[in-house]
Amino acid sequence: MVNLKVNLSGIELDNPIIPASGTFGFGYEFAELYDINVLGTFSFKGTTKDPRFGNPTPRIAECYSGMINAVGLQNPGVEKVISDELPKLAKCFDKKVMANVSGFSVEDYAYTCEKLDKCDQVGWLEVNVSCPNVHGGGMSFGTSPEAAAEVTRAVKAVTTKPVYIKLSPNVTDIVSIAKACEEAGADGISLINTMLGMRIDLNKKKPVIANKMGGFSGPAIFPIAVRMVYQVYEAVKIPIIGMGGVSTAEDVIEMMLAGATAVEVGAANLVEPYACKNIIEDLPRVMEKYKINSLKEIIGGAH
Amino acid sequence: MKQGIFKIIDNTPLTKNVYKMTLAGDTTDITCSGQFVNLKLQGNFLRRPISVCDRTDTELTLVYKVVGKGTEQMSLMKGGELDILTGLGNGYDLSLSGENPLLIGGGVGVPPMYLLAKDLIKEGKKVNVILGFNTKEEVFYEEEFKALGANVYVTTVDGSYGIKGFVTNAMEKIEYTYFYTCGPEPMLKAVSKASITSGQLSFEERMGCGFGACMGCSCKTLTGNKRICKEGPVMFKEEIIW
Repeated sequence: MVNLKVNLSGIELDNPIIPASGTFGFGYEFAELYDINVLGTFSFKGTTKDPRFGNPTPRIAECYSGMINAVGLQNPGVEKVISDELPKLAKCFDKKVMANVSGFSVEDYAYTCEKLDKCDQVGWLEVNVSCPNVHGGGMSFGTSPEAAAEVTRAVKAVTTKPVYIKLSPNVTDIVSIAKACEEAGADGISLINTMLGMRIDLNKKKPVIANKMGGFSGPAIFPIAVRMVYQVYEAVKIPIIGMGGVSTAEDVIEMMLAGATAVEVGAANLVEPYACKNIIEDLPRVMEKYKINSLKEIIGGAH
Repeated sequence: MKQGIFKIIDNTPLTKNVYKMTLAGDTTDITCSGQFVNLKLQGNFLRRPISVCDRTDTELTLVYKVVGKGTEQMSLMKGGELDILTGLGNGYDLSLSGENPLLIGGGVGVPPMYLLAKDLIKEGKKVNVILGFNTKEEVFYEEEFKALGANVYVTTVDGSYGIKGFVTNAMEKIEYTYFYTCGPEPMLKAVSKASITSGQLSFEERMGCGFGACMGCSCKTLTGNKRICKEGPVMFKEEIIW
C-alpha cells in the first residue's frame, strides 16, 4: 500500500490534491458529480471584503494547451461567503477548506482574513497577492517584496490559522518575494498564479477578452510553475503548495519532486470535471510505477 | 450533468457552413429543450458548447455553424467518438407557453427551437415558428419544422427567400400567447422590444467550463447575477438588462 498523506502546516491531508481557487467555486457544483471528500482539501473561490461582479464579458479565451481568464474576482463578499456559502459547503464537505482571499488594500486583506479566521471550517488562509485581473489591485502587492511582506504581516496579525501567500509569476525575481513573505511570518507559499496573457480575434481585430488581458493557465504553463517551485524551495524553509497547469498524477509527482508539499489543480477542472478525482485514483498506480512508497518522502526530491 | 462517450453516426452539411451531426450515446441527462452540451475536441483545450437540436433516448442531434477552429474541426469528422458533457444549462420552461406559442430562431439560433417545437406540439400546442436568415443560401430546417406540424415563416434580410426583412417583420403578422427565442443578441433585443407577450430568450457567451465553476460567462439581470451556463442560457424577458 502506498501512502498519499501529506501534512500541511499541522493539518494532515489524505492526499496532496487541492482544486485551485476559481476553478471549483464553493465546491457544491462538483459535489453533484462526486464525493468531494476524496480531495486533500480545496481552495474556495477568491473572496473579497465587498461583493464583486468582476469584469465585463467575454472573460475567457482559448489558447494552445491552456486558456486565459479575466473573471475579475467575482464573489459574493466575505459576509455572504460566511453566511451562505460555507453552510452549504458543510453539507457536502467534512474536511477543513482553504479560504482564498483577495484585496485592494492591506486593510481589505486584514478585514476579510479576520472574518474567516472565526470559521471552524477554514483550515488555512491562502492570500492571493497576485491576481493579474484587477486594475490597481492584487498585482501591485505581489510584484514587490515589501508590499507582499506588508500584506503577510497584516494578515498574520489577525489570524492564528496557517497563512499561505499565493504569488504571481509575473515578476522578475519570485525568490525575493517568497523570502520576504517568509521573513514576514508566512506559514507557506502557494505558487504560481496565472501568467498575464492576451489573445486577439482576427475577425474583429480586437482583443478576445473585454478586459484585454487576463491570466493564462493550463498545461502550457506547467514547466514555468515547476521551475519557480524548484527555485523557491531552494530559498525558503516553509512549505510550498505547487500549482500551474497540473493535469495528471505524473504532474503531481513532478511538482512534489520540485519542492511542493501539496499540489493545486486549476484549469484541468474546467475541461475535465472529474480531473481531481481521476488524479487521486491514478496516483497509487503512478507511485508504484516510479517506486514511490510515500508522497511525503519525495517532497523536494529533485534537489 | 453527465459525462459520456458518444459515437458519431452522421455529420452532413445543411448549408455552406452549417452542419448536422448525429451521435449515439446516453442522452438521459438532457431534460429539456434549450440545454446545451460541451464537447471535447482533440487539440483544443476548452470544450465547445453546442445547443441541443434534438434528442431521443439514444441519439443526440447537434446543428452547428462553423465559426472557428473547433467547429471547423467538427465539420471534418467522418466518424469516431466524442467526449461530451450533457444536460448543461437551464432550458426553456414549457409550462408558460399558452395555446399558441411563437418560436423565433435566428441563424444558428434555429436548432434549439426544433426540440422545443417538437415538445410543445407533443403537448398539443399550436406552434408558429419564425426562422430568420440573411439570404436564401443560409436557410435550413424549414421542412423539418413543417414535418413536426408547426406553422413556419421564413425571413431573409435580403428578401431572396420568404418574407423580406428581419424576424420582427414576421412577428407583426402572427398572433401568439407567449414567445421563445434564440439567436444573435441584437435580434434577441429586437424581438424582446417587438413582443406583445412575455417570453424566454436564450443567450450565448464565451464559456470556460460550461457547468458553473469558473464564472466566465456571468451576466447581470434584474433578478441578480447569473451564469449563462448554469442559471441560463434561457432567461425571462422581464429579468434582462439590455
